[in-house]
Amino acid sequence: MRYLPLTDIDRSAMLDVVGASSIDDLFVDVPAEARLSAKIAGLPDHASELAVERHMGKLARQNLSAGDAPFFLGAGAYRHHVPASVDHLIQRGEFLTAYTPYQPEIAQGTLQVLFEFQTQVARLFGCDVANASMYDGSTACWEAIGMARRITKRGKALLSNGLHPHYVSVARTMAKFTGDDLVYRTPECDGESDGVELLREIDRDTSCVVVQYPDILGRISDLSSIAEKAHEAGALLIVVVTEPVALGALKSPGEMGADIVVGEGQSIGVGLQFGGPYLGLFACKSKYVRQMPGRLCGETVDAAGQRGFVLTLSTREQHIRREKATSNICTNSGLCALAFSIHMTLLGEAGLRELAEINHARACEAADILSAVPGVRLLNESFFNEFTLVLSKDAREVARTLAERGILGGVSLGRLMPDAPELANGLIVAVTEMTTSEDIRALADALKEVLA
Amino acid sequence: MTMLKEGRPTAPAHVNKEHPDPATATGNRALMLEEPLIFEIGSTETTGVDFTPVDKPASRLGGLERKRSIGLPGLSEQETVRHYTRLSRQNYAIDLGLFPLGSCTMKHNPRLNEKVARMPGFADIHPLAPVATVQGALAVIHELAEWLKTLTGMAAVAMSPKAGAHGELCGLLAIRAALEARGDARSVILVPESAHGTNPATAAFCGYKVEDIPATPDGRVDLAALKARLGPDVAAVMITNPNTCGLFERDMKAISDAVHAAGALVYCDGANFNAIVGRVRPGDLGVDAMHINLHKTFSTPHGGGGPGSGPVVLSEALAPYAPLPFVEKLADGSFALVEEETAGEHHAGSFGRMVAFHGQMGMFTRALTYILSHGADGLRQVSGDAVLNANYILRSLDSVLDAPFGGSGPCMHEALFSDKGLAEGFTTLDIAKGLIDEGFHPMTMYFPLVVHGAMLIEPTETESKAALDQFIMALRSLAERAKAGDEALKGAPYHAPRRRLDETLAARKPVLVWIEEALAEAAE
Amino acid sequence: MSRYFTDEHEWIDVEGEIATVGITDYAQEQLGDIVFVELPAEGATFEKGDDAAVVESVKAASDVYAPISGEVVESNGALEDEPALVNSDPEEDGWFFKLRITDASELEGLMNEKAYKAFVAGL
Repeated sequence: MRYLPLTDIDRSAMLDVVGASSIDDLFVDVPAEARLSAKIAGLPDHASELAVERHMGKLARQNLSAGDAPFFLGAGAYRHHVPASVDHLIQRGEFLTAYTPYQPEIAQGTLQVLFEFQTQVARLFGCDVANASMYDGSTACWEAIGMARRITKRGKALLSNGLHPHYVSVARTMAKFTGDDLVYRTPECDGESDGVELLREIDRDTSCVVVQYPDILGRISDLSSIAEKAHEAGALLIVVVTEPVALGALKSPGEMGADIVVGEGQSIGVGLQFGGPYLGLFACKSKYVRQMPGRLCGETVDAAGQRGFVLTLSTREQHIRREKATSNICTNSGLCALAFSIHMTLLGEAGLRELAEINHARACEAADILSAVPGVRLLNESFFNEFTLVLSKDAREVARTLAERGILGGVSLGRLMPDAPELANGLIVAVTEMTTSEDIRALADALKEVLA
Repeated sequence: MTMLKEGRPTAPAHVNKEHPDPATATGNRALMLEEPLIFEIGSTETTGVDFTPVDKPASRLGGLERKRSIGLPGLSEQETVRHYTRLSRQNYAIDLGLFPLGSCTMKHNPRLNEKVARMPGFADIHPLAPVATVQGALAVIHELAEWLKTLTGMAAVAMSPKAGAHGELCGLLAIRAALEARGDARSVILVPESAHGTNPATAAFCGYKVEDIPATPDGRVDLAALKARLGPDVAAVMITNPNTCGLFERDMKAISDAVHAAGALVYCDGANFNAIVGRVRPGDLGVDAMHINLHKTFSTPHGGGGPGSGPVVLSEALAPYAPLPFVEKLADGSFALVEEETAGEHHAGSFGRMVAFHGQMGMFTRALTYILSHGADGLRQVSGDAVLNANYILRSLDSVLDAPFGGSGPCMHEALFSDKGLAEGFTTLDIAKGLIDEGFHPMTMYFPLVVHGAMLIEPTETESKAALDQFIMALRSLAERAKAGDEALKGAPYHAPRRRLDETLAARKPVLVWIEEALAEAAE
Repeated sequence: MSRYFTDEHEWIDVEGEIATVGITDYAQEQLGDIVFVELPAEGATFEKGDDAAVVESVKAASDVYAPISGEVVESNGALEDEPALVNSDPEEDGWFFKLRITDASELEGLMNEKAYKAFVAGL
C-alpha cells in the first residue's frame, strides 16, 4: 500500500525486538469480544490513486460549480478571485504539514505569519489586537457574546435583526446550555435596520449589542450611537463582519466605537468550499485581551537576543485552564489564516481599496438593472456588494427555478428564515468582481420570465 | 605546454578553526534566510494584484465611506512569493521528517487528497446553493458518514463540528439534550485524571461540574472508584480510549455497562482512534458519543494549527438529538439537506445548529479520499503498523529511558517515557530541544500530567523502519547525554532558526501586533 | 501586627480589622516566573476559601483563595504593571489585596512563621 512504508520483512524484524509473534498479539489488552479478527466486512479494499481520483471526480462533476454559471450567492460566503500564488504558497509542505507551533524554535514561519495576520486583522477592523483565528464567523460571534458576559458579568445579549440567521441559531444553541438571555426579532423587509429599537432596549442588564455590518440584507448603518449608548450602560458593542472586503470601502467598526469585532474571513484567500473550512476573525480593544478566546502569537527574543515569536497568554486556554478556560477552542484555522494573510499582502491597502470599489460598482450596476425588472423592488437604500430584492413571488421557488435554468441567482430569505413567512419574497443577491455584465443581464432576463 | 593558471580553486582551503561559524553581514546563513515583517518591507501603495478598471458610479455606502488609512502593506507577487517561501523554511513539517507528537497523529498527508479537494466541483460551490445543484457534495458527506458509522459501529454521525474540541462540545450537548428530554437533570461529569485538558473545559462549558476519576498504578481508569462514584447526579463519563498513557482501557465495556446502569452516558474522546481503526468498533464497547479528529486518523493536513474537523458518532440513544444540518439519502437515491427549512417535526429533538454551514467540506473530501485509498484492509493495516511502530520505539528505548507503564504489556499507538533517571537539573525539555538539533520534531512533553516529565511519542504508521531506527539512535544518544549531565544539552537547540525563546517576556509584556518603532517609543 | 500563614501558601498580616494577603516566597519559587496577576475588585466580599485572585506563570494559572472572610478594601495595583514583584518581593511589595476582616476567629488555627517553615520543610 502506497502510504505504508513497512515491508513484511521489516515487520517481522520489529516484532522480534518487541517480543511479539504477530501484530494482532499487540492488541492483547482489547477484550476478545470487542476485537475484530479480520477486516470489517462489506467495505471495499484499498484502491489505486487513479481509481479514487475517478470516483471523487465523478462526484465533483455532479455539482454545479460557481464558475460554470452566472453566480449571485452570498449571505455569509462570497466568491472572489484568489491569485494563483496564494494556493501555491499554502501548499508548501512546511506550512501544510506543520503542527500548531508549540516548538517555536522550529515554527518561526507559522508564528511570524500569525503575528502578521493578527496585525492585518486588527488594522482592518480598527481594533488594537486580534487573535490567531477561530473556526468560522458564526462560532467567533458566539465566542464574542461569551466574552462580553465574562467582562460585564451580565447575561443579556441584544442581537440585531440584521445578524445572519445562522449566527443567531449558533448563539441560540449555545445559550440553551450557558443560560444567556438572547433578545432577537426576525427582521422586517424594509430599508432600515433596527438601530432605533436596539437603542431603546439597551439597559443595565445588557452585556452586549451584536450588530452585523453590512447586515444580512446588505444594509449599512452608522453604529456610533449604539456604541455610545451601550458604553453609557456599561455594555459592549460587538460588530460582526461577514464580508471583510467591504472594509476596503467602509469606515471600520473600531472607528465607530466597537469593543469586539468578529468576522468571517473566507472571502479573502479561502474560497467557497461548500461552507468550510472557513476562517473566524476576532479582534478587540487591548484592555480585554486576557478575556479573549483562541490562540495568540506574541513577539519576544531568543537566548541570543534575536527577535522571534511564540504562542503566548496560553493560560487562557483549555489545555492549561481545564474547566476554567475562556473557551473550548483548540485547533483553529491556521492554514486559512495563512491564505487570508497572503491574499491581503498581495492586495495591500491600494489593492483592497480598488477591489472594494469594483465590488461596489458592479453591485450598483446590478441593483439598477435588476430592480428595473417588473415584479422586482430593491429593498436597500445603502449596500456594499450585496442587496435584497423583494420579488412578486416566493423567492425560494424562484431561486430553484433559476437554478434549473443554470443560474445561481441569490439566496432566498425563506431558506434562511423559514419561520418568517412575511420575508418569503426576499432574495439576497451578491455581486463581486467575478460577476460580469453578461451575468447580470442573464439574471435580469431570467427573472423577467420567471416572474411574468 | 600551455600553463593556464587563472581560474577558481577546486579543493577546499584549510578550515578556519578559530572562527568555524563566522558572523555574516546580513544575518543570513546561506540557505537559512532571515525575513523581515511585511510591515517593514511593504508599502500601502504596493500591490501584487491588477484589476480591470470599471466605471465608478456614485457611492451608495450610506455616508460611511472609509476616510482613514487602514495601514495594510502590500508586496508585488515576486516579493510575496519570496516572503512566504523564506518563512516556510523556518518551519519543521511532516514533509521534512518524523514528527512524533504524541496524541496528535502526525502522519503523512497524501497529495491526492489535496488535488481532490481542489476540484472545482468541490472547492467552488456555495454552501447555500440550491440542493439540486450540489448533489455530489451531499453524496461525499453521506458516503463519509457511512464509513465513519461502519468503522465505529455507531448509529449516527454529526458531521458539522469544526475540530476535536468542537466535537466534544457536540457530544456533550447531545448528552445534555437527551437527559433533559427525559426530564433527568444531572450535574456532574466524571473525567479521568489523565484526560486531555479539552475534556474538563468542554464539560464545564456545558454547565457541568467536573470530578476526577483516579487511575490505577498500571495507568488505567480505576473501575472500582468509578463505580463507587456513579449515582443519580452523574450525567456522563468522558473516557479517552486508547488513553493518553498509550494504553487500551481493558475494562471499557464494564465501565460502559456500569455507567449505563446508573442512567448516565459514555463519551469517548476519539483523538487516539488511529490505534484501533479497523480492529475495534467503539460501538461494541458501549460508547454513546465519540468525536473523530479527521486531521488525525484520516490524515487531513494540520496546516500549522488547523483547520481540523471533528465529526461525532452517536449511539441510538443520542441520534435524535444530533445538530442541524445533516444529509439524508432519499428513496430515489438523491440527497436532501436537513436544515431549519426542512427539519420539521421528524427532527424536532435536534439540539440546534453549531456552525453557520455544513462543517468542514474541504476536510470531508480529503478524508474520504484517504479512506477510499486505504479501504477496509488498508485501515486495518494502518492501526497495526501504528501500534507496531510505537512498540518498536518503546522496546528499543526502555533500557535507557524510564517507561512508567512499560511493564504492563504492549502499548498502543504511542510510547510513554518519564524523566526519571536523568541527571540532576536535566529535564524532558532538554531532551526535546536536543531532538530539534538532531533534525526531529520533539515528542509531546509534560503530557499526560499524571507522569512526571512525560515524553509521549507517537510515530504513526507512515514511518519507515529506517526513519524509526535513526530516531531511536538520536533519542538514545540524548538520553545518555542527559543522564551523564552534558551541560551543552541545556543550550539546545543550536542549529535551529532560533535559540530557546523567552516566553516569560512575551507573556509579561504582550506585543501581539506590529507597531512602528516610533509609535511604540512615543507610547512609552 | 502579626503575620499568619495558611497551608495554601498565603501569608496574612493583620493590623486592626485589616488583613493584607499575599503568597509566600516558597509559593513564588514553585510557580516560577509570574507573568500576570488578576486581582479582586474593591468592595468584593469573600467567604473563607473562595477564589479571590489568580496568579499566572507562562504555563500555569493558580487560584489564590481568600484565607479568611472579608471585604476587599484595596488591591495592589503595582502588580498589574509589574507582576515580577511577586517573584522579587513576595512577602512585602508583592502583596495581593487587603481585606476588612468579618470574622477574626477564622485566624485561629492558622500557622505562625515557625510552623509554616516546618510545614514547608515537610513537603
